[in-house]
Amino acid sequence: MPREATSPGQAAPRRSAMVHIIGQNVGVILAAIVLLVSIAAFCGMFLLQQDRLPGNFEVTSTVNNTMPLALAAIGQTVVVLTRGIDLSVGGVIDLTNALAAIWLTGSTLHMLGVSLLIVLIGAAAGLLNGLVVGLGRLQPIVVTLATLSIFQGLAIRVLPQPGGEVPPSYTDFLVSTNGPTALLFLLAAAIGWMVLRRSRLGVNIFAIGNDEQSAIALGVNAMRTKILAYMLGGALYAIAGLFLAANATAGDATTGDGYTLTSIVAVVLGGVNLFGGRGSAVGAICGAFITTMIVNILFFAHINPLYQSFYEGLFLVIAVVLGALIGRLVRGSR
Amino acid sequence: MSSAAAEPDKASPAIAASSVSKAFGGVQALHAASFAAQAGEVHALVGENGAGKSTLIKVLGGRIAPDSGGVALDGRPVRFASPADAARSGIGTVFQELTLLPWLTVAENLLIGHEPRRFGLVRRAALAPQAEQVLAGLGIHHIDPRALAADVSLAERQIIEIARVITRHPRVLLLDEPTSSLVEREVEWLFARIRDLRAKGTAVVFTSHRWNEITSIADRITIFRNGAEVGTFTGIDEDEAITLMTGQRVETMYPPVPPVPAGAEPALELVEGSVNGTAQLAFTLSAGEILGIGGLAGQGHRELFSGLFGAPPLPRGRIKVDGKQVHIRRPSDAIHASLGIALVPEDRKSEGLLLPLPVRDNLTLPILSSLSRFGVIRGAVERRMCRDMIARLAIRTPNAAQPVGALSGGNQQKVLVGRWLLAESRVLLLYDVTRGVDVATKHEIYELMLRLAGEGRAILFYSSDTEELAHLCHRVLVLRGGRIAAELAAPALNAEAIVTASVREAHAA
Repeated sequence: MPREATSPGQAAPRRSAMVHIIGQNVGVILAAIVLLVSIAAFCGMFLLQQDRLPGNFEVTSTVNNTMPLALAAIGQTVVVLTRGIDLSVGGVIDLTNALAAIWLTGSTLHMLGVSLLIVLIGAAAGLLNGLVVGLGRLQPIVVTLATLSIFQGLAIRVLPQPGGEVPPSYTDFLVSTNGPTALLFLLAAAIGWMVLRRSRLGVNIFAIGNDEQSAIALGVNAMRTKILAYMLGGALYAIAGLFLAANATAGDATTGDGYTLTSIVAVVLGGVNLFGGRGSAVGAICGAFITTMIVNILFFAHINPLYQSFYEGLFLVIAVVLGALIGRLVRGSR
Repeated sequence: MSSAAAEPDKASPAIAASSVSKAFGGVQALHAASFAAQAGEVHALVGENGAGKSTLIKVLGGRIAPDSGGVALDGRPVRFASPADAARSGIGTVFQELTLLPWLTVAENLLIGHEPRRFGLVRRAALAPQAEQVLAGLGIHHIDPRALAADVSLAERQIIEIARVITRHPRVLLLDEPTSSLVEREVEWLFARIRDLRAKGTAVVFTSHRWNEITSIADRITIFRNGAEVGTFTGIDEDEAITLMTGQRVETMYPPVPPVPAGAEPALELVEGSVNGTAQLAFTLSAGEILGIGGLAGQGHRELFSGLFGAPPLPRGRIKVDGKQVHIRRPSDAIHASLGIALVPEDRKSEGLLLPLPVRDNLTLPILSSLSRFGVIRGAVERRMCRDMIARLAIRTPNAAQPVGALSGGNQQKVLVGRWLLAESRVLLLYDVTRGVDVATKHEIYELMLRLAGEGRAILFYSSDTEELAHLCHRVLVLRGGRIAAELAAPALNAEAIVTASVREAHAA
């Protein structure tokens, strides 16, 4: 390079790498802070009323109860990052939960095979979403609203009445009541996220969520990326369905319905941008636990269960408004 | 990456298009156009907007497939499925629409598809250092690779986009309007890079509306008109080129500027103002006057213009309109302030127009309340108003129902001006309105400006084209560091004086 070439601009004082990392991960950091605050609030209320801190039992049941939502939220994150949205979460969980209740029997090997098959069925459900969204160039919200009903219908067909039975060994493996061992699965999910973030698929997911046309010009296969994102989402909802079955030791073809909305709530609380291209599954996991902590706090505050959704909504609005304000402050202070 | 295929045939051009046609809807963008660029030459494509330059670049760069005709690389016919596909054959393209991904970092954008990897996974920690190295290798030291693309300036984004393409060593480099958002120093940098590439045998094709840039770097010039080439030239002067581009002789590029009528009232005053909170800035703009604002980029022009429009307000200063003090906190304050202040911004896509909406809605949006009776828009009145304005500004659109996004850049600009005329704004803030606009439309905009000034409107005019300021303004204020470095009027007002005042102390500082 000839040295006489003038530099095209003056170097502005640089912000340190740390400042950049904080600025670019405000969403996750805020979600973690909100989670810590809500845990502290919960512990405080628990201490006041029980004269002790939450013990092994409380922690374990909180973790076990949150696992399905955390997994569904990770799946939803992957889809939302592509600038999509997946309303079929509830239907996929219904279906996989129902299948788990009737298929999970027999030897360990058999249960392992069945579990794997159910995860593949979840991925196939995602494949259907992805194909229609990607090939048909249709709005994800419309497509997944339709498939939500389809999967719900299939689930009722598989398990018309709540029932079935999940062997205790299966429950012990996924959601042991002796300790919060399920956290290990979350750790695995978080590591999986880190790997995805660094894989070609991960880069492509973020790229099309930022600007699909630009990404295509840069050589990203947008259609394949979307299909894979919905498949990954579907597989994660299926795992959520398995955890739900393990937790309840039985199946129910409507048990997943609520997860469509709560997974979106967790994603928003986790700082994932609903318009795609920005966010982290780690944030979504925090978002899922925040949702659970809010319910726990309301319980200990003796809020009439009839008003529970009112307060849940109120907390959600406050959290989102505060998050947006703080995010703006951090990004604006350059 | 340059492929190790057969030795290129010396007689064949590095890249060529033969009889390429392409239609979008009913518009024939390219009509049996042919073009060829040799290895080791810089080839300028010039023509009015809509002449087919950008479409040709898109065809050559693999972004769109032609309806008929073909592209050849080193004499071999090729067909590209996508720009990425073309890139694999050694064609690097910087399209007019930038392709940076806003919420990724500069480093991620720069290295996308070529990230440092280990075991197939991106080494995220190595991204920024590697990007820093790539940028430094191209002489760029002022862009922080860790910043988000959304947080760097338009010019820096353009530079990153160019850097991303040239760092992959293309054999053919296509640049569509690469300099439109760059200031002189950045253009110099780009041209130094282009000369390097030319010396290494790269064929460089670029489009530009700035004639002095074209003559300073291009070895050959191909002129386009109405979707086909007029011819390829080596030495051609601007007047000749414009004649060929427009198909008619434009007598004088700049119409004569009549003087401001004596005793004109001040229309807009800024008293004790500041664009950055420290530097003082004050001026008076009279009715019927065109006051130019000049200077290097980043000296506070943008802040001044958006500040006067309240988007966001100036950090300090009192604004008087028609002698009365007004408080402008947001754009609606400016629009309704006494005489009405209107801003026509440079980025009409994100700051001014609603592209998918028809010309009609874009014209009448600010005056809908006065157009309505009992909350219902009076359709007949609106239609008549729009028809008149389209005719008056010679907006080239089939009808008022056409989405604004389908018009050319210059005509979009006219729609914005028309909006503020309908709103009866008497003070117009025109911010680089001719950027990326073709010569003929530029000429129309100049005449429109003078007509508006003649009607007693006051115009504050910033342009990145110094010639424009020198030829169209009654006075020019040169800004430096948010201060007025010089005020130039009649006999002393020329492009050289503006440039001199812009840079005089910039080096000493």
